[in-house]
Amino acid sequence: MSVFLALVRRELGGFFKSLTGYVVIAAVLLLNGFALMDIVEKFNTRALESPVTEVYYGTAYFWIVLLLTAPVITMRTFAAEKSSGTYEALMTTPVGDWQVVLAKFAGSWAFFMFTWLPLLAIFFTLREVTGEPALCDPRVMASTFLGLGLVGALYMSLGCLASALTRSQIIAAMLSFLLGIGLWVISLRPAGGPDPGQDWLEPVLNHISLVRHMEDFTRGLVDGRHVVFYVSVTALLLLVTQRVVQSRRWQ
Amino acid sequence: MSDTVPMIEVHDLTKRYPGRTAVDGLSFTVGRGEVVGFLGPNGAGKSTTMRILSTFMPATSGTARVAGFDVFHQPDEVRRRLGYMPENNPLHLDMRVKEYLKFRARLKGLGWTRSRERVETVLRQCGLQDVHRRIIGQLSKGYRQRVGLADALVHEPDLIVLDEPTIGLDPHQIRSVRALIKQLAERHTVLLSTHILSEVEMTCSRVLILNQGRILAADRVEDLEKRFSLDGQVVAEIAAPAAELREAFRDMPELERLDLSPAGGDYQRLALTPRNGFDLRPAVFEQVRLRGWELRELTRSRHSLEDIFIHLTRGQAHER
Repeated sequence: MSVFLALVRRELGGFFKSLTGYVVIAAVLLLNGFALMDIVEKFNTRALESPVTEVYYGTAYFWIVLLLTAPVITMRTFAAEKSSGTYEALMTTPVGDWQVVLAKFAGSWAFFMFTWLPLLAIFFTLREVTGEPALCDPRVMASTFLGLGLVGALYMSLGCLASALTRSQIIAAMLSFLLGIGLWVISLRPAGGPDPGQDWLEPVLNHISLVRHMEDFTRGLVDGRHVVFYVSVTALLLLVTQRVVQSRRWQ
Repeated sequence: MSDTVPMIEVHDLTKRYPGRTAVDGLSFTVGRGEVVGFLGPNGAGKSTTMRILSTFMPATSGTARVAGFDVFHQPDEVRRRLGYMPENNPLHLDMRVKEYLKFRARLKGLGWTRSRERVETVLRQCGLQDVHRRIIGQLSKGYRQRVGLADALVHEPDLIVLDEPTIGLDPHQIRSVRALIKQLAERHTVLLSTHILSEVEMTCSRVLILNQGRILAADRVEDLEKRFSLDGQVVAEIAAPAAELREAFRDMPELERLDLSPAGGDYQRLALTPRNGFDLRPAVFEQVRLRGWELRELTRSRHSLEDIFIHLTRGQAHER
């Protein structure tokens, strides 16, 4: 366990010692700043009915931030170590493949969550300014961040897998960006009107629709099926990543 | 593990990459306490063999054992006993020296207090106390090499494997790194690779010469020199007509070959190759004295590993 923590610390430390980490933080701040402007705009023109988290989600900045930053956060995990050669030093210590994979995932995820913390400040500022406590119900806030954590975990594991497949950070970033945006596009498919004979497709797409899941979370709705979906897909992607890391031993 | 088990046991090791055989049926043994040099040109299979020994990559066929543990089936046992410095000495350049060594010590399974102790020890051992707070990326290459060595040492391994430890250093840094390796040799078994011949002569007790994935020779440095009897060519510069010189040395039974070349003025340069490493100098001087020639040079060259190496790899170079 302490070895695992040392690895996670190293991963996290790497973000704060590199320019990439600060660029990501700055990008998230900037984009969420734009989102704040949109939210204020909406509040000025309409009555406040839904929680601020849902209004925020409606601005679409959530997906822009997630789809852009996830590949950049995860691209370094394996690819950078492979190209600099430190991977060889790492993999010749008595550390298991699983520990390495989980540590890289956990480090990326922790950094990802860290970049979202300022969003809380945005929400609380809005509450202070509007004087409307119902706007920021702690429970809705918690479910939003739970959803954020779950979707984030899925995208982090996807990025780790992409990074484990190559030694080029650019290729890793492009690959995880493509896979990530593909996943998102599938969940954009409009509901209703499925082709005849393809009745099975509709429920499947509904079930894997990240966009709809996240909408529920921002409303304060925690659906157990969603949680199971994210946890299991993340676990599956991490398993594949571990296999990729291990495959070095069978070449 | 008992002390009778050899430190490294490699049997019929082969590694094939698509379209290329990097290591071809390699077998060798390294005993405890030995300092062995892997010598060979670039692409001879040195790094590949070391990567297999360090458990980083598997062999295509054959077996390799470190302290009696199989590198493929018992990698963790091997990793605990082996300190490895990969080619080009990769380090996390954004970390500080002490922070990095502590991190590595933790990865290698050392407990909190133990890793602290060991890091202090290796910092001292490798002369890094003055720079322990510096960021590795800002250190000179010589210091970085020491950090790599300190990392290889931090978990007190029985065996230290160093892949080209002095490459890219300036002569001053090379000297200090070599001195460090020599110092390590007192307490550890060391396997190091290099393509610099003098390095092996200076630091190693035994040498394995590799070319194109095969071992060409494996012996103590002195024994190699004896075995190839390359020792003892005598060079003399004598002022005398070439014909007279040939005549004088024709009947010498210990002489294998005589080469003559003009050396300016009346002088001729003689290269005399003896049979069985015989010392020809007294005989040459005797002739000079008898015939009253003028002599301005008489030396017996001590052939180095370099000649043996060229000698061994020449045949294969022609084949290519």
